Amino acid sequence: MLLADLMKRIPVKHISGDLPESFDGVYAGDLLSRAMSHVKADNLWITIMTNTNVVAVASLTEAAAVILAEGVTLIPEAAAAAEENGICILSSDLSVYELCRDIGAMCAETE
Amino acid sequence: MGEPLKFHFEVDGENFSSAGEASVMVKKKLRQLGFSPEIMRRVSIAMYEGEINMVIHADGGTADVTVSDTEIEIVLKDKGPGIADVERAMQEGYSTACDNIRALGFGAGMGLPNMKKYSDYLHIDSEVGVGTTVTMRINLN
Ligand SMILES: Nc1ncnc2c1ncn2[C@@H]1O[C@H](COP(=O)(O)OP(=O)(O)O)[C@@H](O)[C@H]1O
Ligand SMILES: [Mg+2]
Repeated sequence: MLLADLMKRIPVKHISGDLPESFDGVYAGDLLSRAMSHVKADNLWITIMTNTNVVAVASLTEAAAVILAEGVTLIPEAAAAAEENGICILSSDLSVYELCRDIGAMCAETE
Repeated sequence: MGEPLKFHFEVDGENFSSAGEASVMVKKKLRQLGFSPEIMRRVSIAMYEGEINMVIHADGGTADVTVSDTEIEIVLKDKGPGIADVERAMQEGYSTACDNIRALGFGAGMGLPNMKKYSDYLHIDSEVGVGTTVTMRINLN
């Protein structure tokens, strides 16, 4: 799905990094070992974790972008690492559940 | 390829927050060398978990990665507390991580199981009070 389409309909802000054109699939979860093995390349990864490890996992898994849910923000060190590594960080005030529900509905429509 | 390529990293045990840097570097090297996404993924997961374990359980250590024609070998060596019962530590969900480490997202107890799952060979040599050496290999053919 095109990220621009998602951002038109779901309140998600662009925080840093290059915005990828599209994404393919979503993973939601905060435990890093779980995310490490379940986030696939080009996925959106929804989390409420805000430390630098998020950047390492996003980079290693080649996630399309990270969506920080519930309005949380990266700690400054993590924000700097995201910038340096070109990791796309998005943010939303919606909860993890609401994001999954709304993105899931959009994905279902386009199928 | 000829001569194996070797990479050495000192993994800092102080900074939980920047843990994973060696794994991120290895991944970049593998990409430059033209490895498939599948190989990069397996090496990334296996090495990241091992690197994190050295940081959160053993106060850091060293990582040595050797890329040869037939395999990628990752050796992680620390002088931490060692693992008393390796078989138990290998169980999914088993973790001794404390609350402040869990708050950072670690401690799922999936590290060692992931290392086993994503490598072709895993050997853990550990002695309580002395340290732990983890050797992993990923076949290239
Ligand atoms: N390098 C190490 N040094 C000492 N103990 C370790 C090391 N690696 C793993 N362990 C022990 O094995 C347990 C399980 O490891 P793992 O599966 O990675 O889960 P987690 O790291 O989430 O606790 C750890 O909680 C710890 O007790
Ligand atoms: Mg672990």
